[in-house]
Amino acid sequence: MNLALSDEQVFLREAARGALSRFKTLEAAREALDTQKAGTGGDENALPDLWPTAREAGWPGLLIDEAHGGAGLDAFDAMLVLGECGRVLAGIPLLGHLPATAILGDGAGGPGQSEFLADLATGERRAAYLPAQPPSELDEHWSTDPASGLGRGSLPSAAAAGDDGRVPVTGRFAFVPDAPGADTLVGAALLDGKPVGVAILADAPGVSIEPVSRYDATRSLGHVTLENAPAVVLDAPEESLAAAWYLAQALIAAESLGSVETALDVSVAYAKERFTFGRAIGSYQAVKHSLTEVLRQLENGRSLLYYAGWARAGAPAEFALAASAARSVGGRALDTAARTMISVHGGIGATWEHDAPLYFRRAQLSRRLLGGTAQATDRVAGELIAQADAA
Amino acid sequence: MDLDDTPEQAAYRAQVRSWLEEHKSEAPILQGPGAIEDEDEIVAARRAWQGKLAEAGLAGVTWPKEYGGQGLGPIEQVVCNQEIGRAKVPGILDAIGVGMLGPTIIAHGSEEQKSRYLGPMLHGDEVWCQLFSEPAAGSDLAAVQTRARQQDDGSWRLTGQKVWTTNAQFASYGLLLARTDADVPKHKGLTMFVVPIDAEGVTVRGLRQISGEAEFNEVFFDDVALDESAVVGGVGNGWGTGLTTLMFERVTIGLGSEGMGYNSTRFAGAIAADEHARRDPEVRHRLGEIASELLAVRFTGYRTLTALQKGQIPGPEAGLAKVTIVSGAIKAGDLIADVIGPDALSEDSEWAYMISFLPGLKSAGGTEEILRNTVGERVLGLPPEPRLDKGIPFSELRSKEGAAA
Repeated sequence: MNLALSDEQVFLREAARGALSRFKTLEAAREALDTQKAGTGGDENALPDLWPTAREAGWPGLLIDEAHGGAGLDAFDAMLVLGECGRVLAGIPLLGHLPATAILGDGAGGPGQSEFLADLATGERRAAYLPAQPPSELDEHWSTDPASGLGRGSLPSAAAAGDDGRVPVTGRFAFVPDAPGADTLVGAALLDGKPVGVAILADAPGVSIEPVSRYDATRSLGHVTLENAPAVVLDAPEESLAAAWYLAQALIAAESLGSVETALDVSVAYAKERFTFGRAIGSYQAVKHSLTEVLRQLENGRSLLYYAGWARAGAPAEFALAASAARSVGGRALDTAARTMISVHGGIGATWEHDAPLYFRRAQLSRRLLGGTAQATDRVAGELIAQADAA
Repeated sequence: MDLDDTPEQAAYRAQVRSWLEEHKSEAPILQGPGAIEDEDEIVAARRAWQGKLAEAGLAGVTWPKEYGGQGLGPIEQVVCNQEIGRAKVPGILDAIGVGMLGPTIIAHGSEEQKSRYLGPMLHGDEVWCQLFSEPAAGSDLAAVQTRARQQDDGSWRLTGQKVWTTNAQFASYGLLLARTDADVPKHKGLTMFVVPIDAEGVTVRGLRQISGEAEFNEVFFDDVALDESAVVGGVGNGWGTGLTTLMFERVTIGLGSEGMGYNSTRFAGAIAADEHARRDPEVRHRLGEIASELLAVRFTGYRTLTALQKGQIPGPEAGLAKVTIVSGAIKAGDLIADVIGPDALSEDSEWAYMISFLPGLKSAGGTEEILRNTVGERVLGLPPEPRLDKGIPFSELRSKEGAAA
């Protein structure tokens, strides 16, 4: 039994914190929001380009094995980095990139896949994962996030391969994290009714990526439309495509919990220094208990990150449950933390100048991406019901 | 990061498992066909079983060898608990004595006390109970009013009342926190005693709960005579001695939460059994939220174990896991009753029993409010609430409280 961080993991986390501390990410987040509000369509230049920092640190290749130029680390290590990004609301396109590299790495035997991986490992090229939710015990179909509403979209379909060996893929993915600016899109499509892994160059004919921005300027999103876009069929098993979805769930959970850490730290510091009626407000039970509630949810979320990190390699059959539970708790924790941060600060916490609204915006958008926390919560129930049936 | 046994732990597990395989037919049956029904017989059978476990080294795993224990670490204790659970046999009867009170005596007791009490406690020959809480001293434990007065010959006379006392109905001894000096501030005038439950003037009365069953007791002391040697840890040191017990209580809760039966698998099974509920989006959402938090607690337990393995002692944050377990189980009971309907509340339903038990459990081992205060102050470093009792002699405090009310 050992759930402690290794020395290497502590170093990875500290190095990430150090590297990100060189940027004024929060100020940039507010500024980017300002330009978005001004109707200029969101100014990407307001946000620092953190990809060179990520490349320098080796994060693009975290999950790619060493034979293909990566670091060959585990999902949990990636979660540590995402947690640090979440702490300072750093917009680094790892949420899109890492699950894509996981799919490619699982089927690295295919022709051309090795070269793909080498460039993705160094960050020379960037990938974005096309999110698709695996079937549940209630619904045998794969599904994609819709542009609006509760109805799930269908997985794009691929037709028979052309002369060049590529299959033409047609379909749509809404709100794909980190799609704008990606070089390669990696995900699943239906070929003869079966899901297969596909990789598509972003500049290929028939590919359209429409950048979209909602509420949180630090989050890069895109609607991806494929119209007979030529795709390489990957040598990736269906379990690998499902695991990529759950990896994305675990990563966004880790990122959310990183944001919770900051929200809690800032709120606790303020509760110690702000006095009312002659006492620090943190001495009142009403304030103290709401802050311990944030800590409770944070600790629960952290424990589930360990579960997900362990399960991905140690108990793959439980990875869906573990990652969905982490996402469910992580999403709720961030909402609680952001709202508590605002209320502990009083009126000032709801003003543009304060950082609390940035965490609040992050919380509201994050909880609706990648299927949303509600889908993850439902999946926890579904996985447990399936376990009960099997027992 | 792994959940695997080290080679040493695996060897220990194999050894425990093989003993249990060989002897599990000797364990008392408490549930299902062939279960013992008579309360006295159950207690007798469980005491005898505890004796066998102790002989085999499966009780008091972390106790030092010189007191009959195995001198092993908390991981081995957990391995042992897991294997006992896996073999589907009862654990020891006196978990409170062996888990909390024995370690307190080991830490603070005299050599005479250790050699007299620890052996019979470990083997289940003498069961112990914890006499700390009182009707007016729960969250504010240092406010105990049970009074011990020293006589000219050095002996003591004890008068007062304790409450929420598990196992008192068949206990031989209790570890009791009493006030010995009311003229000093309240944490200072306390002393810990060993009290024989069969002493003249001790009355044990069952305290029925919501379920109708009496799992706890009230214990009354009417001028009970105690020998001078009954003091544990020195006169006036009762608070420090008691904190040791509470620290071991945290360890026991931290390592034993899985065993309480409040887990996601059990609750999901109840929902899966209803063909409509298992498809209902609202039911699934509620189950998903509850189960996620309970799954988290399982891994919080593993994190606690990792810390223990490294020689760290669990801090007050372990209290948050208790809050999660209890509130999760309360929500689960509510959900299952919504699904099953009134039958969930029938007398013989496991859910009725759970639903009845949980409101009290919310206060047991520290109320949720006190746990949140402690975590807020000791983990987050938030300032304490102003107190009116600091530095004031206990005797004056009582009259102050009277005036304020």
